[in-house]
Amino acid sequence: MTTAGIVALVLLLAVAAYACAGGTDYGAGFWDLTAGGAERGRRPRWLIDHAMAPVWEVNNVWLIFVLVIMWTGFPLLFQTVFSSMWLPLALAVVGLVLRGAGFALRKPIKRVAGRRLYGALFAVSSLLTPYFLGAAVGGIASGRVAPGTTASAEAWANPTSFFFGLLTVTGTAFLGAVFLSCDAERWNAPDLVGYFRRRALGALAVAALLGVAALFVVPTDAPHLWSGLTQGAGLVLALVAVACTVATAVMLLRGHTRWSRFTATGIVAASVVAWGVAQRPYLIPTSLTIEQAAGAPSTLVWLLVVTLVALLLVGPALVLLYWLDTHAELESLSESDLREGGGGSPAGSG
Amino acid sequence: MHNPVSLPPGAHLLLADAPAQLLPARELMAFTLASHIILVPMGVALPLITLVMHYRGLRRSDPTALLLARRWSAVMAIQFAVGVVTGTVLSFEFGLLWPGLMGRWGDVFGIGFGVEAWAFFLEAVLIAIYLYGWRRLPPRTHFLLGLPLPATALLGAFGILAANSWMNTPQGFRLDATGNPVDVDVWKAIFTPMFGPQYWHFVVAMFMTAGYVVAGVYAVGILKGRRDRYHRIGFAVPFTVAAILTPVQFVLGDSIARSVFQKQPIKFAAMELVWETDTHVPEYIFGRLHPDGTVTGGIKIPQLDSILAGFRPDTQVTGLTSVPASDRPDPTEATIVHWAFDIMVIIGSLLGLLVLCYAWVVWRRRKRPAAERLPQSRWFYRSAACAGVASVVAVECGWIATEVGRQPWIVYQNMRVAEAVTSTRASTLWTMFGVVIVVYVFIFGSFLAVLLKMRTRWRLEDAAAGTATPAEGPETETPYGPRAAVPAASAGTGARAGEDGTP
Repeated sequence: MTTAGIVALVLLLAVAAYACAGGTDYGAGFWDLTAGGAERGRRPRWLIDHAMAPVWEVNNVWLIFVLVIMWTGFPLLFQTVFSSMWLPLALAVVGLVLRGAGFALRKPIKRVAGRRLYGALFAVSSLLTPYFLGAAVGGIASGRVAPGTTASAEAWANPTSFFFGLLTVTGTAFLGAVFLSCDAERWNAPDLVGYFRRRALGALAVAALLGVAALFVVPTDAPHLWSGLTQGAGLVLALVAVACTVATAVMLLRGHTRWSRFTATGIVAASVVAWGVAQRPYLIPTSLTIEQAAGAPSTLVWLLVVTLVALLLVGPALVLLYWLDTHAELESLSESDLREGGGGSPAGSG
Repeated sequence: MHNPVSLPPGAHLLLADAPAQLLPARELMAFTLASHIILVPMGVALPLITLVMHYRGLRRSDPTALLLARRWSAVMAIQFAVGVVTGTVLSFEFGLLWPGLMGRWGDVFGIGFGVEAWAFFLEAVLIAIYLYGWRRLPPRTHFLLGLPLPATALLGAFGILAANSWMNTPQGFRLDATGNPVDVDVWKAIFTPMFGPQYWHFVVAMFMTAGYVVAGVYAVGILKGRRDRYHRIGFAVPFTVAAILTPVQFVLGDSIARSVFQKQPIKFAAMELVWETDTHVPEYIFGRLHPDGTVTGGIKIPQLDSILAGFRPDTQVTGLTSVPASDRPDPTEATIVHWAFDIMVIIGSLLGLLVLCYAWVVWRRRKRPAAERLPQSRWFYRSAACAGVASVVAVECGWIATEVGRQPWIVYQNMRVAEAVTSTRASTLWTMFGVVIVVYVFIFGSFLAVLLKMRTRWRLEDAAAGTATPAEGPETETPYGPRAAVPAASAGTGARAGEDGTP
């Protein structure tokens, strides 16, 4: 594999990581939107806040990494995508801002009307951002843009984009529900385990229906993608995604929520990687190959070096964060703890 | 690299008429950057200041210091959250507004951003651990896990400054026949001539600003008569950090001005309003440059500019007219750069005076008990309260001087801003600009509201200290506060979150 190929793989893996980590986050927002009125939705919303609080920022930093690899490794891809997909990406970034602000700033608001406003911003943008990001990916996958393409609605308002957008939203909702169901178990809220398990199954059913619909859209609208998905490594990965789907469905139906997280992540990761592999050797099917878009060779090598060093630094930190979080070691200190214990000591006295 | 959409060299001469979308694109970028940069000092420097306080608290088993450290960590986290949001906007804007820049030069100068992204990632992870580790993690482990935070912040600044200094003094590439960069040397592209001066000047400015801003908050408290230990160390620790760095910044500021004089003579000419290349050039303090080269208003000090630039009155200073009008900032832009530069220098000098007062008083009172060592004068605390705001203004001015001084180049002498701009219609960009202003006013307003609310709750908490334990902590309702307890189950399951771990 060439250096550019390896960088493309790193980019693909970063996209997959964002789809899984960020996707879970967006999914939580989706269920926040559908949780119902202030009273009925209080418990699900509490769980959503509780589960997201320590990790939501980390989950969203993946996106910045995706953008950086894009413009450093494949400047022409970055230029092409941002020129042709202007509107969906502009809308996605507005959604990102409102989402972050809505989530972070909802908590301090006491009045119901205010909470509703911030909550609605958080939830609606959790829906729109993944849709537009998915639609942009659909436009790329169907080969509708090429270097030099100027912004046009056709690039992102077409059958494949529409399908990708819906699939992304469904995927995030599914991931969100699976993780929230596990969190409910962890935080000892048994009623919410079933609540989110049912929703995970519902989202999975919708995703499966969309998968069937893909058979009608993709072969004609995105022929290169289709041929990549029906042979070789693309097919293997697509089958992995299907196998993970079946396994997740079985586990959810039987109530083994704890392990369904891994297969659910597997579905999303395998789907994203399958898309990337199916596009080979193109970054944008049939107009821009990996080699054509690749930046200067020395930059690519240094990008890999930076990535490797960072992986050695960030990997352990990330594992530590998720480990501490899942082992309930992450609790902030309250004022009274400090007063009584002189600070810093475990709040055994509380 | 094959790039069918880039312009051949020399094509920029045809772009004398700026495209209509240039103005909204520049305004939008300027607005989002100017907003983001307000949060940067806190992102880069607050972790260190917090850890200094945390160390003090652990070392001396000082509950007041620990209380301050924990409260600052809450502020740090909220500003980091808003910073993530506004930072993501910036990385999208590189593509949405300047596709030409990223398409042609992304692989030359992008690697700095790669370093920055990972550093940022690490910072996000560590902030989450630090913030939520106060209760359960052993105190020493918790402190040690927070310790890499300042390093990640410095690494992030390294990446961003590498990219920006490259735009000022680009190198590490060769142009091929079509004007595209080839033979990229990443090492040379990161360590450009302006990198060192820009990096150290920036980092020290961030630490000073964060120190003065945090100290300013407690200076206001002291002015209102709250002279307890909480306010005294809340003021003294960050103010001392900033005070130690202020003289350092004088040396660094002088050094960067001299680097600009040597490496970006046209920017230096704009900063100092030098029209014709000459020796014995006078220094203007403020004043306005006109298209015919005259300067009105301001204070003129003969010979001083030449002396400052090269230590001798016969030092030759390059003037704006040494390059064609299309290759230099216009008179309005030059006046803006000049004012920004002068304001920054004046604020720096005033802060220097304040630090001298502080050092003098603290030295004279060094043998008194701790409670009496700080200055007593109300004027001192009034000035200290203003120092926070003033240093934020200085940061904005420094950024304006750097960015406007480079006009009309986005990559100095290699690509004009007009060549890099998107082809999206001006009306669309103006609409986007409007949306962004509304959204940012909303976000920054909410950010401020949250901080003020936290302050009020902390104050109530301090007032009630010892009398009763309040039902809910002051930060319960803040974005990063303790996670709320589970609301009662509607189905009557009686489930209770086990997060306390207490029986």
